[in-house]
Amino acid sequence: MAEDLVQETFLAGLKSRDTFSGGSSEATWLVGILKHKIADHFRRQAREGSLPDGDPPDPSGEPSFDATGHWQSGPTDWGGNPSDLFRQKEFLEEFTKCLSGLSPAQANAFTLREIEGLSTGEICKVINITETNLWVILHRARMHLRRCLETRWFARGTGKGS
Amino acid sequence: MMLSCKDVTQLISESMDHSLPLGKRIGVRIHLLMCRFCERYERQLLLIRETVRRLAAVGETPEGLFLGALSEGARERIRQSLRSR
Repeated sequence: MAEDLVQETFLAGLKSRDTFSGGSSEATWLVGILKHKIADHFRRQAREGSLPDGDPPDPSGEPSFDATGHWQSGPTDWGGNPSDLFRQKEFLEEFTKCLSGLSPAQANAFTLREIEGLSTGEICKVINITETNLWVILHRARMHLRRCLETRWFARGTGKGS
Repeated sequence: MMLSCKDVTQLISESMDHSLPLGKRIGVRIHLLMCRFCERYERQLLLIRETVRRLAAVGETPEGLFLGALSEGARERIRQSLRSR
């Protein structure tokens, strides 16, 4: 979804290229459009009644940590570090399913950070939140993805990257 | 003050986005020496990051799903525009 927004931005940018004055830098201009797109998106979502973010329930239903902050059940051994995961179509499918389990805010933040490679400072300017807030969103996104991949991919015993 | 595993997982994620203040960095490193689960957690997050980057780099694959949305050229252009500010 974040990539849709980025793509829409890029297309909107191309369409309005003629009106781009050159007064502001190209980046400011693109970021400006992206901000509008994201604001639109969240407005639409608010109208449709879904929550923009919040702490999503843990996919497995149990918290990762006990009351003292220790692991309830720690990460399992993934068996070496399979480095060719990205070549495996089945892994990609599971990964995409896991990504779609993120909240919209988490998916946006994660995509901009890890796929588009923006710094957290840049992302904050685009989606207008504090860095502290963004770190928390990214932390939850990573925690969710790790847990989801562990369940959907690494725990099934077969299909482990050779 | 001792960091709990919960604190450390948050800090591991944060350290992937900016460099932690020295005190916290040391606290995390010491914890990781003693805690197998957190050490594993960090390794797995780094593996996920590495995998995502490589997926993004091969975004041309027919089954590229979410990554095929932007052409490499478009992505690079946005990236560079942002960098050049």
